[in-house]
Amino acid sequence: MNKYYHSIYINEKKCEGRMRCMRVCPTQAIRVRNGKAIILEERCIDCGECINACPNNAIMPLTDPFTTISKFKYTMAIPSPALYAQFGREILPDKVLEGLRRIGFNDAYDVAQSCGEVSFAIQEYLREYRGPKPLILSSCPPVVRLIQVKYPELIDLIMPIETPREVAGKEIKERKSKELGLKKEDIGAIYLTPCPAKMISIRQPAEGGKSHLDGAISIKDIYAPLLSAMESLSKSDYKSSLESLCILGIGWAIAGGISKTLRLRNSLAVSGLRNVVRVLDDIENGKLKNIDFLEAYSCLEGCVGGSLTVENVYISYNKIFQLIEDLELRKIKACPDIREVRRKFKQNYYFRKEKISPRPLKPLDTYISKAILKMKEKDEIYESLPKIDCGACGSPTCETFAEDVVKGEAKITDCIFKVPERFEEISKELIELLRKSPYQRLGIEKEEQ
Amino acid sequence: MKLRKLAKMAIENRIEHSFVIKGKDFGNAGNVSTKIKDLLKEIGIPPSIIRRVAIATYEAEMNVVMYANHGTLNFALTPQKIEIVVDDRGPGIEDIELAMQEGYSTATEEMREMGFGAGMGLPNIKKNSDEFEITSEVNKGTKLRIVIYLDSKNE
Ligand SMILES: Nc1ncnc2c1ncn2[C@@H]1O[C@H](COP(=O)(O)OP(=O)(O)OP(=O)(O)O)[C@@H](O)[C@H]1O
Ligand code: SF4
Ligand SMILES: [Mg+2]
Repeated sequence: MNKYYHSIYINEKKCEGRMRCMRVCPTQAIRVRNGKAIILEERCIDCGECINACPNNAIMPLTDPFTTISKFKYTMAIPSPALYAQFGREILPDKVLEGLRRIGFNDAYDVAQSCGEVSFAIQEYLREYRGPKPLILSSCPPVVRLIQVKYPELIDLIMPIETPREVAGKEIKERKSKELGLKKEDIGAIYLTPCPAKMISIRQPAEGGKSHLDGAISIKDIYAPLLSAMESLSKSDYKSSLESLCILGIGWAIAGGISKTLRLRNSLAVSGLRNVVRVLDDIENGKLKNIDFLEAYSCLEGCVGGSLTVENVYISYNKIFQLIEDLELRKIKACPDIREVRRKFKQNYYFRKEKISPRPLKPLDTYISKAILKMKEKDEIYESLPKIDCGACGSPTCETFAEDVVKGEAKITDCIFKVPERFEEISKELIELLRKSPYQRLGIEKEEQ
Repeated sequence: MKLRKLAKMAIENRIEHSFVIKGKDFGNAGNVSTKIKDLLKEIGIPPSIIRRVAIATYEAEMNVVMYANHGTLNFALTPQKIEIVVDDRGPGIEDIELAMQEGYSTATEEMREMGFGAGMGLPNIKKNSDEFEITSEVNKGTKLRIVIYLDSKNE
């Protein structure tokens, strides 16, 4: 069994087994065992819903600390476009990039440029594409993981185009190593991330292979220093006009932004994991075949709703939306040269090297006939349960509990409604205990002769 | 003795579920096929087969929701095959041959606005199944029987 890397971990000391995380998890990947929450690796897709649900702050995102930048001779910050939405309307990307240079990065790269390139590449790909539809955006890691785990048959619908952050990483390493005469390993391409999920796509890309990025720092973690650095900037330090903004790139921060800025009429945007699940179910049922392109995001309203952002999601959504309107009105494009993108597109520059493969959940049994028998057993157990999903057993629903019992991962007596059975078990334990010597009862090891 | 044991195994090695589908209940439309899909995924049925079952059950379910008053969907799974029988009480179909034609539809304007009514449901069910039977009686109801083999090569 290969081990899956996850960007979320539970601090056992802080966890009090309050089950909020278990209830919100959209893939039923959390159980409470011995009073502590645990994550089932195989099922977790790193969406981060549990992080926000925990009242004890016991669930932590595993992003890199700020000090990670000292590991490299030269570091480049690659901010998610969602970072631009974290500050007031008067703060434009140029100022944010300059601020990043002040807090310790050697340079900062406007990822909106790569986003713009990838938007064009998507447009090119859609133009010639004649296969099954809709094609699904590949930049949100939990959505990709969800498809790998729960919708393996839809895997070929995932856009085969690289994400902008990977395109940016590749570009920077190539350019800067030449410019500075450094080895590629000495250049740190650090992503500033709105979600822990991007960490998994860096540490363990869905398609296998190796990421062009070297780490990810949470937007939350750099917010305060960045804000104060920007406050001490003077007007002459940065350009304060909209002229250099790529409208296509800015669109990547919000759900629907790519399609809006590319003017793709026949596309659909969906955000929030539960809504994504509904749309994927529809696609699996053979619907939405007439839609060309699906923008799907795990977080509500897109990356501006990421769990590591600071600003209220509706405010940041609005900032991006208005920025797009402004740019549209003033006909400012400032995007990469489309002819250049076409040339690179033809040379397969934007295509992912490896194919993403399915990662379906382990079935009840490897043999279908045995799995069927186990399913019947599960149904019988389920029928004997109260079906109120109280969670006291440590599984999120009565149904998952029945499944856990059949898989041998839980005992039927863990259900508090199985009191008679539980009583029987306890009395057996009691009798055993009574048979032991007083020393053994107290757990003291002492030789008895 | 041995035979009896085998026969018993065959009966045991079968899962059956019965679902109720209400006519005009668009709010819950699609739930039955989602439940069946989840069950098949848990058993470990290959994705390509699940996809075919999903399309067939979804289209059959939607036809009951759109055209009939009430229906049941009986689902059975053995290590060899999946069998789905959809039985409804409703207007029935007068000309089955016509209804089976791609593009033929009596869907209302409202249904078309909801994205249905391409007249592709029945043809797609047939395309995705290994065995397909349809019988109908006007003013009584319609019955579909769909079989998909687990080792079939049908695409
Ligand atoms: N269960 C049913 N009861 C009564 N009439 C039905 C039933 N199923 C199908 N029909 C009739 O057969 C026609 C063709 O059905 P079919 O499923 O192929 O297409 P559709 O439902 O009209 O459109 P689509 O399935 O593409 O949304 C329907 O328009 C309807 O008149
Ligand atoms: S929507 Fe954006 S912020 Fe949220 S998980 Fe996906 S990539 Fe991360
Ligand atoms: Mg139909």
